[in-house]
Amino acid sequence: MSIEVQDLSKRFGTFQAADAVSLQVASGELVGLLGPSGSGKTTLLRMIAGLETPDRGSILLAGRDVTRSRAAERGVGFVFQHYALFRHLSVFENVAFGLRVQPAKVRLSKQGIKDRVQELLRLVQLETLAERYPSQLSGGQRQRVALARALAVEPKILLLDEPFGALDARVRKDLRRWLRALHERLHVTTLFVTHDQEEALELSDRVVIMHQGRVEQVGTPEAVYHSPSTAFVVEFLGDVNIFHCRTEDGRTYIGAPSLDAPTDRQQDAAPTRVFVRPHLLDISLGWTDSRQFRAAVLMVNPAGPIVRVELESEWGAIVRVDLSQERYRELGLRPGTPVFVAPKAEDVLMTA
Amino acid sequence: MRPRLVRGGLIGVALAFLALCLVMPLVAVFAEAFAKGFEVYWASISEPEARRALWLTAVVAGLSVPLNMTFGIAAAWAIARFRFPGRQLLVTLIDLPFAVSPVISGLIFVLLFGAQSALGPWLEAHDITIIFAIPGIMLATLFVTFPFVARELIPMMEEQGADAEEAAVALGASGVQLFWRVTLPQISWGLMHGVVLLTARAVGEFGAVSVVSGHIRGLTNTAPLHVEILYNEYQFAAAFAVASVLSLFALLSLGLRRAVEWRMAQPR
Repeated sequence: MSIEVQDLSKRFGTFQAADAVSLQVASGELVGLLGPSGSGKTTLLRMIAGLETPDRGSILLAGRDVTRSRAAERGVGFVFQHYALFRHLSVFENVAFGLRVQPAKVRLSKQGIKDRVQELLRLVQLETLAERYPSQLSGGQRQRVALARALAVEPKILLLDEPFGALDARVRKDLRRWLRALHERLHVTTLFVTHDQEEALELSDRVVIMHQGRVEQVGTPEAVYHSPSTAFVVEFLGDVNIFHCRTEDGRTYIGAPSLDAPTDRQQDAAPTRVFVRPHLLDISLGWTDSRQFRAAVLMVNPAGPIVRVELESEWGAIVRVDLSQERYRELGLRPGTPVFVAPKAEDVLMTA
Repeated sequence: MRPRLVRGGLIGVALAFLALCLVMPLVAVFAEAFAKGFEVYWASISEPEARRALWLTAVVAGLSVPLNMTFGIAAAWAIARFRFPGRQLLVTLIDLPFAVSPVISGLIFVLLFGAQSALGPWLEAHDITIIFAIPGIMLATLFVTFPFVARELIPMMEEQGADAEEAAVALGASGVQLFWRVTLPQISWGLMHGVVLLTARAVGEFGAVSVVSGHIRGLTNTAPLHVEILYNEYQFAAAFAVASVLSLFALLSLGLRRAVEWRMAQPR
């Protein structure tokens, strides 16, 4: 079932949580809503679920306007950040809840409910824990119960609010892969909220980046990462060096050197900013390139697949560079080493 | 050595205080009640006026509990789950009976519904008696005991948050299903605790009831009022005998309260 959100706004007191948000999700798609806290992503999700009433705008599910419909009528499954399991009910009864509260006409028989719940518990690999209570489960298990509970009523749309937010890193990665596999199997239109860019980029077919109640950019993970449309998106999607610079005669100057940045959008002499990701900068010990600038190594962290180097540029700014382990050993960097830094290629610069 | 001395000293002071203010009076109540033997004791609590007083107390408490339970749940739900104009005022008003002296609480009803009040002549014309009758006692008891359940539930519901309820709504539960299947089971132990406190107070209330009851023997005397009358008539053994029944009830509710508190401290 497709989701279409048109011009949706919501204000809490003086806080504009959603500001004319428009969005389209195709049937069967897995879309991540990504943004910092307070960017309005959870509010948007709650409005689609019917847990919050928008001030303006409309929500269409499969082309049908549901803006004024009750949550129960929307056929939407919702998974809460802190699971929101019913503490007084067993795992089995938690999953059965949605089936038991259905109107008598459409409700499954007792045996039907039992079969359906067991099928779902198998799906989330918890069939042996059916009689346990939520307090006796780990975080990852609770989240799977919450998911099974939401799926029990066969929703056409699944909404997940920070589904892995409260879990530790290991469990989180496992569950993420598992959710992706589940989605491949069920093909339920899924919209999930996260503030973790890695999670959004790994899991989603498309990513919606939100900031201050507005949609900043929508696109495939690849597109938003490599062609960010706003400065906010660049900064939000991973580490980035920001160089403040000026543009003269079609060339961009950072400190003394000129960097041949793409300047089509800039007026001459206008102060601009240039963004370069740390892995797209290189360090050398000698002067080899006119685009280099001088810097001194401040800190090196070689623990990990890549070596993170922090330097101070000749004009006093902090610059971060990621090197491969081989390159790092070749250079033999230590705090205090004077070096030259240059971008690896010209298209690595993003101006905004 | 020092901390141990301090600790011992503090425990000693607390125990001495407890003995003086709680244990000794309790022992005294039962000792006095049986001072003239078991027969006098039994006669004192089984004579018609005493029985009527105990019965009236049971009826008043028995009616106050469901009424204030309903009110308390409704108020707590409104306050914990919704933001509306006047919410803060409602929170303050719920606490009012705790802040006002019970005698004043009783007096309010006399001023409202008494013969000299603005409503008095109208009530008399329609043959409705509130003051110096059972409706007055009910009103006073309801007023004095209405904070207990709400006070207990508001922090509990706020701490639990609306998550589970929202989940139930998203799963298609109607308002009635939501209440019986999610809200009530989640607050049941807190509710029980509030009800124990509410019952204890409804049974023991003296001040407010004293003002509105009119002390008509065998008619509008509740058990605490009956104790006072007997005592003023120098019938000490009888006074303490009735008092001992109330004390037994107090001990029972104390035990019940401990049990509920223990259960609330268990996980889940």
